[in-house]
Amino acid sequence: MDDFVDIALTVNGKPYRGRCEPRKLLVDFLREDLGLAGTHAGCEHGICGACTILFNGQAARSCTTLAVQADGAELLTIEGLAGDGGLHPLQQAFHDHHALQCGFCTPGMLMTALDFLNTVEQPTEKQIREALSAVICRCTGYDNIVKAVAEVAKAKQG
Amino acid sequence: MKPPKFAYHAPAALEEAIQLLERYQGNARVLAGGQSLVPLLNFRLLAPEALVDLRKVPGLADIRVSQDRIHIGAMTRQRAAEVSPAVRQHLPIMKEALGWVGHLPTRTRGTIGGSIAHADPSAELPMVLLALDGEVFVRGPSGARTIAADDLFDSVFTTTLAPGEIIAEVRIPPMDAHAGFAVEEYARRKGDFAIVAIAAIVEGNAERCTRARLVAAGAGGRPVRLRACEEMLQQRGLDAQTVEAASRKAAESVTPTADPVASADFRRHLTGVLAKRALGRAIKLLEVPSHG
Ligand SMILES: Cc1cc2nc3c(=O)[nH]c(=O)nc-3n(C[C@@H](O)[C@H](O)[C@H](O)COP(=O)(O)OP(=O)(O)OC[C@H]3O[C@@H](n4cnc5c(N)ncnc54)[C@H](O)[C@@H]3O)c2cc1C
Ligand code: FES
Ligand code: FES
Repeated sequence: MDDFVDIALTVNGKPYRGRCEPRKLLVDFLREDLGLAGTHAGCEHGICGACTILFNGQAARSCTTLAVQADGAELLTIEGLAGDGGLHPLQQAFHDHHALQCGFCTPGMLMTALDFLNTVEQPTEKQIREALSAVICRCTGYDNIVKAVAEVAKAKQG
Repeated sequence: MKPPKFAYHAPAALEEAIQLLERYQGNARVLAGGQSLVPLLNFRLLAPEALVDLRKVPGLADIRVSQDRIHIGAMTRQRAAEVSPAVRQHLPIMKEALGWVGHLPTRTRGTIGGSIAHADPSAELPMVLLALDGEVFVRGPSGARTIAADDLFDSVFTTTLAPGEIIAEVRIPPMDAHAGFAVEEYARRKGDFAIVAIAAIVEGNAERCTRARLVAAGAGGRPVRLRACEEMLQQRGLDAQTVEAASRKAAESVTPTADPVASADFRRHLTGVLAKRALGRAIKLLEVPSHG
């Protein structure tokens, strides 16, 4: 049995190479091997959404994905969200609306909202709530998160 | 949580994948989107000797329309199917069902073939595959064959696929452009697995129902056709009174078992309520000239 496999992938625009056991979860690979600990591991079975990243441009759970499955993929994690110009509009809106408390769910919320806003133009509040139901928050009661995402959706329409 | 150790293979051809599965003699698993398999590994509910990842096998993620079938490659991501123009046009009930399958971030990875092979009794895709008279095209050590949905689903998480067999494609006849259809579902939170879900397809009008198809998920160990309900509608029409009686029939005809999520009585009750709701919406669509 081959114990280790080599993988090469792009994370936040930078190329990375790694060597890991096939059983290594992508979330652990990001945190432990690449030192990108902004992606959080909560339930580790797909339910809570804390580990959500963008996988080839689409939101995906990094706890239900093996690191080997990301060989050749392009990922975006929370560390890549803010650009040179400062916070991403979603991050700024979360800040403005007090949309986080402990912050554990926040990376997953932001990455989920990012993909959602890329996919759905002019979302209704119902659609926003439905999309965010993919991520569990134990602190905020969701209202301020919904407001933050709604504000960015509105700003995008210009 | 860490999955147990396994060997990992990502063959570049389906033949090779089949040979690998044969070599491990039933101790290897196919890996598709991993949205069901990886959680099972994380919990160590499964400990296969090897995983055979299909991600490098070419041609498994195409959606193609032939003369009498929509062909959906097994590795088509659920989200890709959800936004596919061919699915929207020819299989609108599948598009509607996909909106109920987990969440957007699970649908980007989860596949059509994976959901069907997993055969979760409350899953939406097996339910619509049966409602649409779909079949799976399977490749295995002893060649290729097609299996009709009704012959594929056996019991809880169990299909009639032989060891070493891989679903390559799902084949579904297009829906009648004038058919009315609806998926109704009850879960405690949107995105959770359904407690009960219903797929309904109707053709005809209030006086004469030429065809009715109702399938329930979560009301037994596999998706179940609500034949007594279908027959009543086909005999008597789609008027409100018949819909009411047929929905009661639907509830009476299922034999769900109790589990920690819901009692058998609750599942039976939901079957009737959701059948009525689904029929109501499906019949409304019949009045619209065309949709999609
Ligand atoms: C939070 C969450 C919520 C979910 N909610 C729902 C829901 O509401 N409804 C629902 O239906 N599902 C739901 N799911 C499960 C769904 O996302 C999975 O996509 C689906 O059940 C399995 O598809 P997969 O491609 O991920 O398959 P995998 O997990 O890779 O494989 C599942 C099983 O099928 C086998 N298999 C896969 N592909 C093939 C093939 N081509 N041929 C033969 N065998 C194969 C594998 O060996 C394995 O045994 C949910 C999952 C999560 C994490
Ligand atoms: S840690 Fe991945 S969904 Fe909870
Ligand atoms: S801010 Fe604490 S879990 Fe969401």
